[in-house]
Amino acid sequence: MMDEIILWLTPWEPQPLLIALFAIVACCYARGLARRRRLRDIAPAIAFGLGLISMYVVMQTHVDYYAQYMFFIHRAQHLILHHLGPFLIALSMPTAVLAAGAPAWLNRGVRGLGELPPVAACYRFVQHPFISALLFVGLIYFWLTPSIHFTAMLSARDYWLMNLSMAVDGLLFWWFMLDPRAPGTTRTTYSTGLRIIVLWAVMPPQIALGAYIALAPDTVYDVYAVCGRAFPISPIVDQQLGGLITWIPAAMMSVVATLILLRFGFIHERSKPESADRPSASPVKEPVT
Amino acid sequence: MTLHKILPRVLLAVGISLGLALSGCSGGPDYTAHDITGVMPDLEFNLTNEKGEAVTADDYDGRLKLLFFGYTNCPDICPATMARIRAALGGLDADTRDDIDVLFLSVDPERDTPERLQRFTSSFGDGVVGLTGTQEQLKALSKRYRVTYGYGEPNDNGFYLVSHSSAIFVFGPDGRARLLVNQQESVDELTADLKTLLNQLD
Repeated sequence: MMDEIILWLTPWEPQPLLIALFAIVACCYARGLARRRRLRDIAPAIAFGLGLISMYVVMQTHVDYYAQYMFFIHRAQHLILHHLGPFLIALSMPTAVLAAGAPAWLNRGVRGLGELPPVAACYRFVQHPFISALLFVGLIYFWLTPSIHFTAMLSARDYWLMNLSMAVDGLLFWWFMLDPRAPGTTRTTYSTGLRIIVLWAVMPPQIALGAYIALAPDTVYDVYAVCGRAFPISPIVDQQLGGLITWIPAAMMSVVATLILLRFGFIHERSKPESADRPSASPVKEPVT
Repeated sequence: MTLHKILPRVLLAVGISLGLALSGCSGGPDYTAHDITGVMPDLEFNLTNEKGEAVTADDYDGRLKLLFFGYTNCPDICPATMARIRAALGGLDADTRDDIDVLFLSVDPERDTPERLQRFTSSFGDGVVGLTGTQEQLKALSKRYRVTYGYGEPNDNGFYLVSHSSAIFVFGPDGRARLLVNQQESVDELTADLKTLLNQLD
């Protein structure tokens, strides 16, 4: 039993820098929570914790082994790295808690880095609605191009490049999408309507790709036959499951995010000061005589 | 610079780099197989051969090596692949063939005893060496080449399937990883690839 737990917790390919990064973020967040002691931090903290832990689990535990040798588990891994984990982290708006917990020099360093003109320009560029959508869908298509996927699964370097690029892009995309501030607060806080358009624009390409994989009569990704599977399973079933994971939950995330954005929209609308051109809620009717 | 000015350049750069990546612009010789030179590490292992002797990769130094992961109870892929290798080697001249080792690595040491391995490899011609090892040794080698294997549930007769890599790994005489041959590659294509590789190595 103990052995099994140790086996599952041991990273298949340990990445010390990545583990250190997760540890630093987790420590800063926990310290921030303890310092702030606010009741309304609890719900976001659960979302943040789930997001962070899920991303760690799919990269630095034995799950990664199965993700390397089973197509459908690989797709589930990317669903968490690119969609679910970053979604939860962005939704929890962790900046304030992280800043409260991080040591002063780290806060200064991060803020200083973010204010450097080239960094700020790059950030604004990748967070542009069009570029953001292009990157989000483009990366999925890029790494799922059969020849590229083949090399990525065979080369240790490309494999980590693939996973990290998905995680970073996921964080950027959902950070941009789920920004709760009123539109226009910062240069990368776009209007709710525009964000919903982007969310729905990234859906059809994901559905098309997922459906193509799920319904393909032949093997699309032969690298899993080349490398062997973690357990004997029909290659076509493996591929169909992987296709379904690319197809349905990935696209549903856009729907969930739309609902959240609509809620943000209502909150902003309600908190707006009454304006003169706004029609009165209950117009006083002239008494009929 | 505004986005409208940057965007076409970025798209162009992305397009060009994608094109390069997809066309496999490596400049090396043309193989049907995947050229894995530099992608995968040199051959290295501690295993047991079909005579029950402990062997390492150094024992096969100076000879071209074809490595295949399988098991002798394999119903289809393993015997078919071994037959394909034999046919492909038949397309080379006898001297060249003598300098090539075919390493059949069983990932099912539970059932594949040295005797069993010898029986299996002897039916695929000379120069075929059966290898196996402890789970630890097998895992170390398969992880090194980013392949894996797994065991299915045994049926009433105790028979179980083993999932394993379907590829043939080709290593140069110096132990450097060179080619990865798919199931789709035909016998003639494999012969041609081996000739190209031997020419390149000379």
